[in-house]
Parts: sequence; C-alpha cells; structure tokens
Amino acid sequence: MTEIQTSSFPKPAWGHTLSTAMPVVLGYLPIGFAYGVLAINAGLSIFQIVLMSIIVYAGSSQLIAVSLFAQAIHPLSIIATTFIVNLRHLLMSAALAPHLSEWKKRQVALFSFELTDESFGVHSLRFDRGENQPKPTITINIICQSAWILGSFLGAVAGNLIQDVRPFALDYALPAMFIALLVLQIKNRTYLLIAVFSAILSLILWQFGVTQWHVIIATIIAASIGAGVDTWQNQQS
Amino acid sequence: MAESTVLITLVGMALVTYIPRLIPAWFLRDKHLPAFLIAWLRYVPVAVLAALLLPSLLIEGDQINFSTSNLYLWAAIPAGLVAWKKKSLFGTVILGMLVVAILRWFIP
Repeated sequence: MTEIQTSSFPKPAWGHTLSTAMPVVLGYLPIGFAYGVLAINAGLSIFQIVLMSIIVYAGSSQLIAVSLFAQAIHPLSIIATTFIVNLRHLLMSAALAPHLSEWKKRQVALFSFELTDESFGVHSLRFDRGENQPKPTITINIICQSAWILGSFLGAVAGNLIQDVRPFALDYALPAMFIALLVLQIKNRTYLLIAVFSAILSLILWQFGVTQWHVIIATIIAASIGAGVDTWQNQQS
Repeated sequence: MAESTVLITLVGMALVTYIPRLIPAWFLRDKHLPAFLIAWLRYVPVAVLAALLLPSLLIEGDQINFSTSNLYLWAAIPAGLVAWKKKSLFGTVILGMLVVAILRWFIP
C-alpha cells in the first residue's frame, strides 16, 4: 500500500480508485448474483431484475422485495417495507453531509442515489482521510453499482440452472462486509463500546418484535450515548 | 402480478429509497452544525454497522441461533481477525466466504 496523496492538485489516480472500489465489487458480484438467482425463481423477468438493480440499488431491500413478490404481497406493502428497510440511509447521508459542502448540487444528487451500506462504509473512511473529491468518489460509486447490476444480470441468466446459493457461501458476502467495515471504523475504546452496545440493543429490539426498526432505533440511541460521552469528556478537560 | 404493476412497484421502491438518501446530504451539507450533532454523526457509522452486523450473524430464518451450529458466527472470528490485523475489506470478505463454504462442505 503506497502513501495516499492528499495534495491540492488531485491526480487521476485510477489505480487507487479501482483498488478502493474492488472489495465492494467482489462483495457485490456474488450478492447481486444471489439476488438474480432468487429473483428469477420468484418469477421476476430478467428486465425487471436488472431494472430494480439500476433504479433501487439497495441490496438487502431488493432481496426482501423478491421474497415479497414471490408471496404476491400487495405493491404498497412492498414499497412501505422498502422504505422502512432503507430508512437507515437517512443517518448515513447525514453523517457524510458535512464532507459534501464544496460539491455541486448535481454531484450531491448523483452521489446520494448510489449511497449504500457498503459505499457509505468505504466513503466514511476515505472522507476521514480527506479524500472527498467528487470525481473519484462518484467514480467509485458507479463502479460499485455496475458490479451490482452485472451480478444481478448474471444471476438472473443463471437462475434457471441454480436453485441453491448456499454451497458457494454467496450469502456470507454481506455479513463479512459488515464485519470489515465495522472493524475499520473502530478508532478507540469509546467507538468499540458504542459498537457493542448498538449491536446488542439491535438484537434485543429484534427479539422483542421490533423487526423493521431495530437498526434505526439502536443506531440513534447508541450514537446519542457516544455523542454524550464525547461532550462530557470535553467539558472535563 | 401484472407487468405494469411490477414496474409501478419498482418505481415506488426507487423513490422511497432515494428520498432518505438525498434529503440529509442535500440540506445539511452547507449548514454549520452544533458540536453535539457533529459528535453524534461521528458515531453513526459504527453504531449502524454494528446494528446491522449482529442480527445478520445471529438471525436464521425468523429466530436467533446462538449455538455452535451457527456457521456465520464461527466464520466471523477469522474474518474479524483479518479485518483487524490486515485492515483489508477484500481479504475479510473472501476469507469469510471461504470459511463458510468449507464448513458447509464438511458439515452437511
């Protein structure tokens, strides 16, 4: 790994942009593939499967939607579920917002469209290092979404041949990515404690039947405690 | 479901996904935020990723599996170590999937 240039004259560092996007690409290809396989088996057409990956672009909610389509759930219910599952991006968008102050409006609009859990994880690390130039950021997003669309398409094409994605452990790409993104975010002991607290709270809420809102509620409470601890420590010193 | 109904559903899904992604980035980016809110936003990444991770490891179907038969949990150990020691997103994902695939191969 070479030193990262953060000088005021950004170079066309294609290699760096590609290597930043690569882990997400390698996660999205198999998960997108799994989504395509499941969606074909749920009765969606290749066109619909690829279209969803282009205009919705939200992995977990697409997988949930597929299972709802398969059960012929009412469209409004599918849309409402998608809304709730993806509401967590509100917090991610807010967390990244301060880094976008120099950006043009259309760049913000394009960037937000491709804001996923994984791209958020990657960009929150980059932005902390001062790498928040719009062009490489949006390029990384476009590479990631292309991988998602390609994976979906290949899965849809192969869908009639494959009934089970489990032997290839395609289903573990998502948890593994969360592990890496989380570990990379932990900067000191307070972060670690907040992470442990949020994880356990999220699980407890889910166990008590809060199966749609557990992530959002746990995040809000845990981040508030973290901010409270920070504020308190600043007052002490 | 009719072709047109599916398409309308997809457009609806796209809208309700895009709006929460856009609104905060659009309206908060040029505001001077209070110190507490900035501190709060600093903790959102760890909090949200942790809140997503633990349920994704432990929930199988519609219940919590906290037993030794949960391969996701076992695979999380080497994956977490690689993430911590190597700081590699790619290495973590590949190793995690490899461990789960191998475990499934040996444990029917």
